[in-house]
Amino acid sequence: MTRFILPLIAFAVLIPVLMIGLTRNPNELPSPLLQKPAPIFELPSLTDPAQTVGSASYAKQMVLINVWATWCPGCRQEHGFLLELAEESAVPIFGLNWRDNRPDALRWLQTLGDPYVASAYDEDGRVGIDWGVYGAPETFLVDADGIVIHKHIAPLTREIWERDFVPLINEHGGNK
Amino acid sequence: MIPEIGHFALILALSLALCQGILPLIGAQRNDAAMMAVARTAATGQFVFVAFAFACLTWAFVQSDFSVAYVASHSQLALPTVYKISAVWGAHEGSLLLWVLILSAWTVAVGKFSHDLPESFSARVIGVLGLLSTGFLLFTLLTSNPFVRLSPAPPDGADLNPLLQDPGLAIHPPILYAGYVGFSVAFAFAIAAMLSGNLDQKWARWTRPWTTAAWMFLTVGIALGSWWAYYELGWGGWWFWDPVENASFMPWLIGTALIHSLAVTEKRGLFKSWTLLLAITAFSLSLLGTFLVRSGILVSVHAFATDPTRGFFILAFLGVVILGALALYAWRAPDLDSPAGFRPLSRETFLLLNNVLLVIATALVFMGTLAPLVVEVMNAGKISVGPPWFELAFAIPTIPLVLLMAVGMHSAWRAQDYRQLAGRLRVPALLAVVAGVAIPTVFYGRFGLLVSVGAVAAVWIIGAALVDPIRSWRRAAGATGLSRSMLGMSVAHLGVGLFTLGVTVVSAFNIESDQALQPGNSVEIAGYQFELRELRDVEGPNYSAIEGVIEIRKNGEIIGQVRPQKRQYLVQQNWMTEAGILALWNRDLFVALGDQLGNDTWSVRVQYKPMIRFIWLGALVMALGGLIAITDRRYRVRQRVTETSATEALESA
Repeated sequence: MTRFILPLIAFAVLIPVLMIGLTRNPNELPSPLLQKPAPIFELPSLTDPAQTVGSASYAKQMVLINVWATWCPGCRQEHGFLLELAEESAVPIFGLNWRDNRPDALRWLQTLGDPYVASAYDEDGRVGIDWGVYGAPETFLVDADGIVIHKHIAPLTREIWERDFVPLINEHGGNK
Repeated sequence: MIPEIGHFALILALSLALCQGILPLIGAQRNDAAMMAVARTAATGQFVFVAFAFACLTWAFVQSDFSVAYVASHSQLALPTVYKISAVWGAHEGSLLLWVLILSAWTVAVGKFSHDLPESFSARVIGVLGLLSTGFLLFTLLTSNPFVRLSPAPPDGADLNPLLQDPGLAIHPPILYAGYVGFSVAFAFAIAAMLSGNLDQKWARWTRPWTTAAWMFLTVGIALGSWWAYYELGWGGWWFWDPVENASFMPWLIGTALIHSLAVTEKRGLFKSWTLLLAITAFSLSLLGTFLVRSGILVSVHAFATDPTRGFFILAFLGVVILGALALYAWRAPDLDSPAGFRPLSRETFLLLNNVLLVIATALVFMGTLAPLVVEVMNAGKISVGPPWFELAFAIPTIPLVLLMAVGMHSAWRAQDYRQLAGRLRVPALLAVVAGVAIPTVFYGRFGLLVSVGAVAAVWIIGAALVDPIRSWRRAAGATGLSRSMLGMSVAHLGVGLFTLGVTVVSAFNIESDQALQPGNSVEIAGYQFELRELRDVEGPNYSAIEGVIEIRKNGEIIGQVRPQKRQYLVQQNWMTEAGILALWNRDLFVALGDQLGNDTWSVRVQYKPMIRFIWLGALVMALGGLIAITDRRYRVRQRVTETSATEALESA
């Protein structure tokens, strides 16, 4: 009657998974992309489906890639700071609108303001998978050579920006 | 001094829990009446000391004794007294103490209402609950002591998380925990039955009211949490598929399956081993939920204090409890056979389908919740699960579930005659088809496949649920009326129908608009005009707020005014949204202030949410159904003496 032992085995398998999971901090997921070239992508633009937004849009400069969606509360939380950042920082912000729908996203940008130079519209999340997106919001810092030099999960705040991003940007020379 | 007395009371409670967990179990094995008699006394004693410790902590909060570290970090002088009390369970240590308090309260209740059960059985049940309590008291005392002192004491505290300063959230945790912890009773009954080796149908009858009671609390608790998220988080959603929400939803789904499977086991003696497994699983998922919330293993918007030591402790406890239970199951379950058979068209078949679909739904939620973690542990690192995935996955098992429900509740045990069934369900079926077309087109002016399926399902269940109550009401009073169990079942299913209707209509016809408004500007949606009359400053006891006064008109006539606020809490300096809601039974008008865009300009989110009240109303009606079922006479009738003594004779043999 082995079928009665199956629940026991199933749970016994789960325990080590939970145990290893405990040793990781989910907010500091090491991205497999760190220090590697950022994935190349090309997607329709959120604001104008006839245009495309992708790796070619920001070649040869340091940029932030911000993954966002209207269904994501954290994105709303960080939105105000992104707007400030767009004003004051020399690093342009590109949006990856992830698993969202266009009318909602456009309305969001209209009412809350648009911090992005452009947003790519990743409707089915395919590009998000290439980037190893775990959940919105996520922010990647890509240097002028197209290397991912930092990844932040969870809403971006000024404190985190000054602590984690600014030193890296200065180190890599920023955008002249 | 009081905190030290509280701490000491907890230690005494732990020693009593140990007695309660060990002696009755040995006594039941040896048939030693004196040792079994310890069970109730120890359980009562434990409850008294835990309650005393809880009172001490509450006293420290009310007196604002900031020399207690937990009080200092979760309260403040200016906090209104009611929130000082609810702050007791506003964070990890205190909510753990609340958990233990509720567990010991359930245990005392079991002791009080189990006098009709064989002595060895109730001793085992109380013993198992004592072991669980021991684990949680150890956890509290070793890793999360709420009575630790802070020296020097700060002049004022760091305040309670503003999100929790709300009447809804003040009562949400106790009710939710009463549900979570309540499944420990069904778990203890299952373990006791397996330990005794006497797995006839009686344990199923004994377990049923307890399981329904726990399920009822959990239903209300989840509904309260959802309602709170709706009006407090400020974006008008009612369910987010957040890991913490899923953690409470999974035990609910399995608990629902358990209630149905217990019915089959009690009435027909079928699904015995399956029912045992569900009883173990429901509580295991409650424990797993606690682990997920407390260990910080998953990213969540509910972000509770996280600490890996605590995580390891709960994981170890979880491992011992669940592995032990499942090992016992693997040993005992093969002996259970189910002799009775049933026809394809019978109540048994539908309850089986109910169980299969609910378990599939739970498995999907489980996978979605744990997938990011599992994939990360395997270093594959590339997966994302969001509400779109959950909504799609969850609909697959639940749409057939609600469609089959109406047929299942009108089928008889063993075999059901097809023609009779068709006769009883003719009217609900007709109503459902009419509603499937009429609700979308006539009331909301737009047809859609999904909304139509939802409306058909909702009205189909509502109609089917009302057939029996209406029939029995039409008959002369006192004639073969419905039993409380059957009435409870009808009412609970009516709740499912109301809930389905709410979800269907609000997801299809919700209208929302984000606008930048200045005083004097207005916005119109769904025929309602929202005019921002003025913006003003408001001072609360521990916050200052900006309040928008918004007048709502329909066809030029003023129908009401709402005052959404954006509050800044003074100590923690964070901003909170208080939505303004103008509610009617069939729609909510929801207004929330977003961000300040300019000098006098605010982004304002206005939403028209038709039928959204039905979501929570449905949940409350479900819980009411549970309450009615518990009061059924049959649970209160004394066991015949011969039956009881026969069981005991069998056990001692």
